[in-house]
Amino acid sequence: MSQGHPPEIWSAARGEQVLAPHATTEGGLLPALHDLQAAFGFIPDEAVRMLAQVFNLSRAEVHGVVTFYHDFRREPAGRHVVKLCQAEACQAMGSRDLAAHAGAHLGVALGGTTGDGRVTLEPIYCLGLCATAPSAMIDGRVLGRVTPARLDAALEALA
Amino acid sequence: MTARMFLPMDAAAVAVGADDVAAALLAAAPDITLVRTGSRGLFWLEPLLEVETPEGRIGYGPVSAADVPEILAGGANSLRLGLVERLPFLRRQTRLTFSRCGVVDPRSLDDFRAHGGFVGLARALSLGPAGTVDEVAASGLRGRGGAGFPTGIKWKTVAGTVAPQKYIVCNADEGDSGTFSDRMIMEGDPFALIEGMTIAGFSVGATKGYIYIRSEYPHAIAAFADAVRIARAAGYLGANVMDGGFAFDIEVRVGAGAYVCGEETALLDSIEGKRGQVRPKPPLPAHEGLFGKPTVINNVISLATVPTILANGAAAYKDLGMGRSRGTMPIQLAGNVRFGGLFETAFGVTLGELVEDIGGGTSTGRLVRAVQVGGPLGAYFPPALFDTPFDYEAFAARDGLIGHGGIVVFDDRVDMLAQARFAMEFCAIESCGKCTPCRIGSTRGVEVLDRIRRGEKSDANRAVLADLCNTMKFGSLCALGGFTPYPVMSALTHFPEDFAPPPRVAAE
Ligand SMILES: Cc1cc2nc3c(=O)[nH]c(=O)nc-3n(C[C@H](O)[C@H](O)[C@H](O)COP(=O)(O)O)c2cc1C
Ligand code: SF4
Ligand code: FES
Repeated sequence: MSQGHPPEIWSAARGEQVLAPHATTEGGLLPALHDLQAAFGFIPDEAVRMLAQVFNLSRAEVHGVVTFYHDFRREPAGRHVVKLCQAEACQAMGSRDLAAHAGAHLGVALGGTTGDGRVTLEPIYCLGLCATAPSAMIDGRVLGRVTPARLDAALEALA
Repeated sequence: MTARMFLPMDAAAVAVGADDVAAALLAAAPDITLVRTGSRGLFWLEPLLEVETPEGRIGYGPVSAADVPEILAGGANSLRLGLVERLPFLRRQTRLTFSRCGVVDPRSLDDFRAHGGFVGLARALSLGPAGTVDEVAASGLRGRGGAGFPTGIKWKTVAGTVAPQKYIVCNADEGDSGTFSDRMIMEGDPFALIEGMTIAGFSVGATKGYIYIRSEYPHAIAAFADAVRIARAAGYLGANVMDGGFAFDIEVRVGAGAYVCGEETALLDSIEGKRGQVRPKPPLPAHEGLFGKPTVINNVISLATVPTILANGAAAYKDLGMGRSRGTMPIQLAGNVRFGGLFETAFGVTLGELVEDIGGGTSTGRLVRAVQVGGPLGAYFPPALFDTPFDYEAFAARDGLIGHGGIVVFDDRVDMLAQARFAMEFCAIESCGKCTPCRIGSTRGVEVLDRIRRGEKSDANRAVLADLCNTMKFGSLCALGGFTPYPVMSALTHFPEDFAPPPRVAAE
């Protein structure tokens, strides 16, 4: 979950530091991945190698886990991450049109990042805000009853 | 005397400006006491501000930061709702699991105790482990995560299995669109869930609990993690719970955006640090669950309901409901609905009462055309079936399910072919990949629906779709592939006009 602060640049020393608390945790791979992504913004190849060593797994196994979960990125995202809920309750309140509107505004499709690296636009399937639909999450901040105008204002406010 | 006010910190209230209202209040009147609560679940009124008076809590909603000066000056009559407890939407409910949600400060153990907290745990300690399991079984409580399996039977199995280590796992993956009851409890009354998990641990002899919360719920993760720390510091978790001579503690784990990880065995694999793939049964998790040890895995609402069952007795709970659906269900009204929110009531209320009467129809003011009950794997029901009572068996008899209790309302502009297509698409996106009918069939389903959309061999392709659904239903290991046919086939059956070939338009 991007909270808006810029990610750190990968270094092995810092990677080891982030990993260390999880190395002895039962099933520590997922918590480790979450913390790595929180620190570096994505899961670099070097981190996969390090995880394999620490958790005594093959690189292919770690890779299999990373790619299984929608949350984990193998590439850095844009400076801001805009997630638009596209699940049923939000569909009932116009989330498909909202996604089309946002796409046109930013010039990217769902799943894409703007050419200047400013915004990554993604679908998300339910934020549990289904009675104040349609919903969005921008850099970890939740928005309900989103209208095209409200979304535009929020997008304009992003640096 | 300084005024006491209450304002939710619930994610849905925050999403519509509750934090701005809080900031405006504290800036304009720094001497008030502002208690940040969970939500009462009347979401069309959020942000819902409550002001304490000798008569009770007076509500204002929906409030924006700009309304604050007027409210503080004693005006804002158009937003004034009167005593919150007397609002019809609340008065008509039977709030057992949600009795404290929106009322108390979720980070205050004093508040929790003052509102009946830990009474259930104390009763469990006096009944002993076996007596507690019997009480839960006698209440008729069935799992609220979707499958409706009797909770008491599950606990009995784990209690009767001898092992050096057992686990309680709380399923807080709440992936179903249209549901938010787990989120509300974790944010609004987390100690109830801690109490429920502790009772489960005491009853079956498990000293360790895990809760798996979806990553889409950052507020719930923070609120629940805080509650665990507070409970531990006060001796409600740890080596000697409530000086009762038994140990129990809870660890929070966070999901990573995979819907299938709500399936119990996929969830266990995910906690173990693996890909979240579904395990074949047997073995049951009750025999070989987390890390191969006997495990109780229950939904948030199942566990958070146990304390009230023990506090008031199994009979009081069992007296409510209909047929084999006993007690209350926190029903969630969502989507295009005028009065959206959480409505806890005894089983047996009809779908029509819920949608039209309690929900007030659509928020757009148009006609209701379809409602999806039970999440993305649940059927679409037309108003013609609104006499269906909210009951596990009654919904099953009409090729539907109540699932986790979510109802998503659509108005007359809904395109049911698009909804059927989404069901297949979602299954394709979220499939864990273990079985072919689910992994491949869902993608085929999208293609077939696209052909039907274009009017290609309509009859033949509708038959192909039905056939494909049949294969998925009987050839899938879990309910993701197995139940995706529910939304698809219900859309086709109840709304065939949306699947008809497009009318030929004259060339321009
Ligand atoms: C694809 C799929 C997703 C599921 N998602 C959830 C979920 O998010 N939360 C939940 O409690 N149960 C979910 N379940 C049901 C669980 O497998 C299981 O029945 C439940 O956790 C048992 O707890 P209960 O008996 O208290 O309901 C899901 C099942 C399937 C097949
Ligand atoms: S039905 Fe789908 S999600 Fe379920 S086990 Fe099979 S492939 Fe996995
Ligand atoms: S469906 Fe969009 S928040 Fe639940």
